[in-house]
Amino acid sequence: MAIVAGCTVLLFTEMTAEKAWAGALLPERGGSSNADRVASLYAVVLVLAALVFFGVVVALVYALRRYGERRSPVAAQIRGNHRLEIGWTAAASGLIVVLAVVSLTKLHTIDHPDPAAASPAAIHAGVVPAGAGQPLHIDVVGRQYIWKYRYPGGAYSYEEMVAPVGVTVELDITSRDVAHSWWIPKLGGKFDAIPGYVNHTWFRLERPGVYRGQCAELCGRNHADMLAQVRGVSPAEYVAWLAKQKQSIQTADAEALTPPVPAGSR
Amino acid sequence: MSVVDQTTRARAAPHAEIIANRVDPPPEGWVGWVRTVDHKRIGILYLTTAFAFMMLGGVEALLMRTQLAEPDNTLLTPQIYNQVLTMHGTTMVFLVVMPIWAGFANYFVPLQIGARDMAFPRLNALSYWLYLAGGIVFYAAVFFAPPEAGWTSYTPLSTGPYIPGNGTDAWIFLIHLTGLSSILGALNITVTIANMRARGMGWSRLPLFCWSLLAQAFMILLTLPVIAGTVTLMLTDRHFGTCFFSPSCGGSALLYQHLFWFFGHPEVYIMILPAFGVISEVLPVFARKPIFGYKAIAASSIGIAFLSTLVWAHHMFATPLTTVVLAFFMLSSMAIAVPTGVKILNWIATLFRGSISARTPLYFAAGFLVLFTLGGITGVMLAIFPIDRQVTDTYFVVAHFHFVLVAGAVSGVMAALYYWFPKMTGRMLSEGAGKVSFWLQFVGFLATFLIQHSLGLSGMPRRIYTYRADTGWGVDNLISTVGAFILAAGVIITILNVLWSLRRGPAAGPDPWKANTLEWFTPSPPPPHNFDVIPRVRSVEPLRDIRHRIASETRSDGTA
Repeated sequence: MAIVAGCTVLLFTEMTAEKAWAGALLPERGGSSNADRVASLYAVVLVLAALVFFGVVVALVYALRRYGERRSPVAAQIRGNHRLEIGWTAAASGLIVVLAVVSLTKLHTIDHPDPAAASPAAIHAGVVPAGAGQPLHIDVVGRQYIWKYRYPGGAYSYEEMVAPVGVTVELDITSRDVAHSWWIPKLGGKFDAIPGYVNHTWFRLERPGVYRGQCAELCGRNHADMLAQVRGVSPAEYVAWLAKQKQSIQTADAEALTPPVPAGSR
Repeated sequence: MSVVDQTTRARAAPHAEIIANRVDPPPEGWVGWVRTVDHKRIGILYLTTAFAFMMLGGVEALLMRTQLAEPDNTLLTPQIYNQVLTMHGTTMVFLVVMPIWAGFANYFVPLQIGARDMAFPRLNALSYWLYLAGGIVFYAAVFFAPPEAGWTSYTPLSTGPYIPGNGTDAWIFLIHLTGLSSILGALNITVTIANMRARGMGWSRLPLFCWSLLAQAFMILLTLPVIAGTVTLMLTDRHFGTCFFSPSCGGSALLYQHLFWFFGHPEVYIMILPAFGVISEVLPVFARKPIFGYKAIAASSIGIAFLSTLVWAHHMFATPLTTVVLAFFMLSSMAIAVPTGVKILNWIATLFRGSISARTPLYFAAGFLVLFTLGGITGVMLAIFPIDRQVTDTYFVVAHFHFVLVAGAVSGVMAALYYWFPKMTGRMLSEGAGKVSFWLQFVGFLATFLIQHSLGLSGMPRRIYTYRADTGWGVDNLISTVGAFILAAGVIITILNVLWSLRRGPAAGPDPWKANTLEWFTPSPPPPHNFDVIPRVRSVEPLRDIRHRIASETRSDGTA
C-alpha cells in the first residue's frame, strides 16, 4: 500500500513538474496559461483514474488467481451484500463529486480570458490601451482549406497568425462554408468554427516562438492539409508587421483594380 | 439441495404438451432460410450477415491503418481515405455491432424466458430483411460514389455542394432501413419479454441478458426515430430545397449536431448494454456462483439507459455553447460512471470466492473487464469539458471509443459466441484456438489503441489521411498499425475456429457449461418449437434448480 501511495505521489509530482510528459501522458502545454492549466487539471484526473484502474485490475487478477477451480474447489453461494453495495455506490458517487468540484474550480481561469494588463512593452508599442481587461481581438475565419485572420485596422493574413507576446488575445472564430475546428495544442483547447455562429477563445503568449496546429473537424478531402500556426513576436515587431501587411494588402488591392494586371495571389 | 418440496418432485415428471395442431417441417435448403420465421434461424441469419460485414469493416480499418503507418503515405488518396473511414464507421455501427446483438437477442431471448418463438415472428423476419436491404443499399454505393462525410455526416459538409455524387443519400437510406429494422426488433423484444415469460418468471427472475436488452430496446425506441427524422430533413435539404441545416438560407448547422448526438450517444449504450448482459450471464456460470447483486445490475442497466438520453452535448463541447449547458452535460456525463462502476464492481465481486473455470468465454469476459474499465475511465476524463477540448476530435477520442466498442462490445460478442456456439450448433468451439484468439486480440488491441491516446495528446487530429514527418507521429502510428494486424489475426482465428468446429467440433450436449438459464434446458441445437415442456421457474437460475432436483432425485432413487 505504501509503495502504491509513494509511486502515486512520485508520478504526480513528476507529471506536474516535467514538461517532457506533454504530448505522451499529458496534453500539450507551454504556450499559454490556459493550456498549462488544462494539462495540470488533466494530471490530477489522470492520477485518480490510474488509481481506480489499477485497483480494478489488481482485484480482478487476484480473484482470477486465488479463486481458480484448483485452489478454490467449492464456490461460496453469495448473492450480494447490501452494505457493501451501498458503500461502493456511495464511494463511486463521492469520487465523481470530487472530480466535478476540482474541474469546476479550475474552470474560471481556463475559460475566461486572462484580465491582466498587457506588458509595458505592448502598451508602449500601442498594441492595446493600458489597464486591466484590454485584450487584442483577432477574427479567425475558416474555409476549405485555409484559415484567415483579420486584425484590428483591416490587415489580414492566411494560415499563419502573428500575435504579440505579453498581450491577452481574444479570438472570434467562425466559418464561411463547412464546420472546421481551430486548434493550436500548446495554446489551449479546440473551438469549432461553425457557419452562422461565432465561437470564442483566448490565449496569452509568454514567449516568442511558432506554435503549430491544424484543423480538427473533418471538413472535406483536404482536411489534413488545413494547417494553422501562431507566430509569437515582440509587440514592436507585431506593430511593424501589421503596418507592412496593411501596406502590401493596399498595394495588391490597387494592382487588382488596375485592369491589365492579374489579381493578386489568393 | 437437501430439501426438495415434495409436491415439486411429484410434478417433476414431464407431461407432453402439444401446442400446435399441425407442424410443417421447415423447407430444406436455402428456401427454408429465406422463408423462415423461426427466431433461431433469423438469429443465425443476423449473425452470419453481421460477421460478413465485420470482415468488410475490418478490411477498411486495415486500409486506414496501412495508410497511416508512415508519414506522407500515398497509398490512399484523400478522397478514398474519407470514403473508407465513412464506410468503416457506418459499417461497424449499423451493420455489425447492432445486428450482432439483434442476432443473439433473437436466438436467446425466447429460449431464456421459456418461449417457443418471438411475439411477432413475421415482423421478426421483416426486421432482418430490412437490415440486409440497408446493408446492400449502402454497399452498392461503392460502385458509384461512396459517402465521405464520416459516419456522423455533419452538415453543411453533407448537405452543401462540397461532396460530389450521391453517396450521402446511400448513407441516409441505410439509416432509414436499418433504423426501421432496429425499431421493429426492439418492439418485438419488448413485447416478447413482457408477455411470453415462462410460468414463475417474475421480473426479478428475468435473466440479466434480457434485462440489458429491455434497456437497449427502450433506447432504440426513443432515439432511432429521432435519427430517422433527422436524416429525412437532411434528405429534403439535399434534394427538395428545404433549409433545416444550411446557414446560408436561415438553417442551423448546430441543430443537426444536437439531433445527431441525441441519437448518437444512446447508440453507444445500444451497442454496449447487451455486452453487459452477456458478461452478467457468463461470469456466474464460470465462477460457479450466483451473480453478485442481481437487482443492482438490472437497475444499473435501466439507469444507464435513462442517463444516456441526457448527455448528448458532451460530443459538442468545442461548439459554441454557454457555460451552464457545458456544466450540465459535464455533470450528467460523469453521473453515468456511477451505474457503470457499480456493474464492474458487482462483476468482480461475482468472481470473489467462486470456483473459476477458466474457459474461453471467461477469458473474453475478463478481457472485457480490464479494457472496458479503461475505456470507461477515459470517458470520465472526456466528460470534463476543458480537458475534452484538448483531446476531442483527436486520436485520444478514437482510442477511447474503440476501448468501449471494440474492447467492450466486441469482447462481449466474442464471449457470447464462445458461450452460446455449442447451443446454436451442438458442437464445442476449440478451446486452444479460442485462447490463442483471445490473446492475439487482447495484445493486438492494446498495441493498436493504447498508443493512440498519446498520439491524440500530442496533437494528431482524427480523420486525417496523412501527416507530415516533422510531426513526430510516425513511430506511434507504426506501432498502432502492427497492432491492428495482430488484432485482425486474432479475429480470423476465431472465424476459422467457427468454420472448423461446425463440422469437427466435439458434441456439446444440452448443457456443456452447467449453466443457469433455460436455453440450456433444450437440446443443442434446439428443435423448431424449442421446448417440449416449459419448466416452471422458481429462481434466477432455473436450470441450476433443475440440475439440483435431478441430482437429489437420482440420489434418493439410488438409495431407495
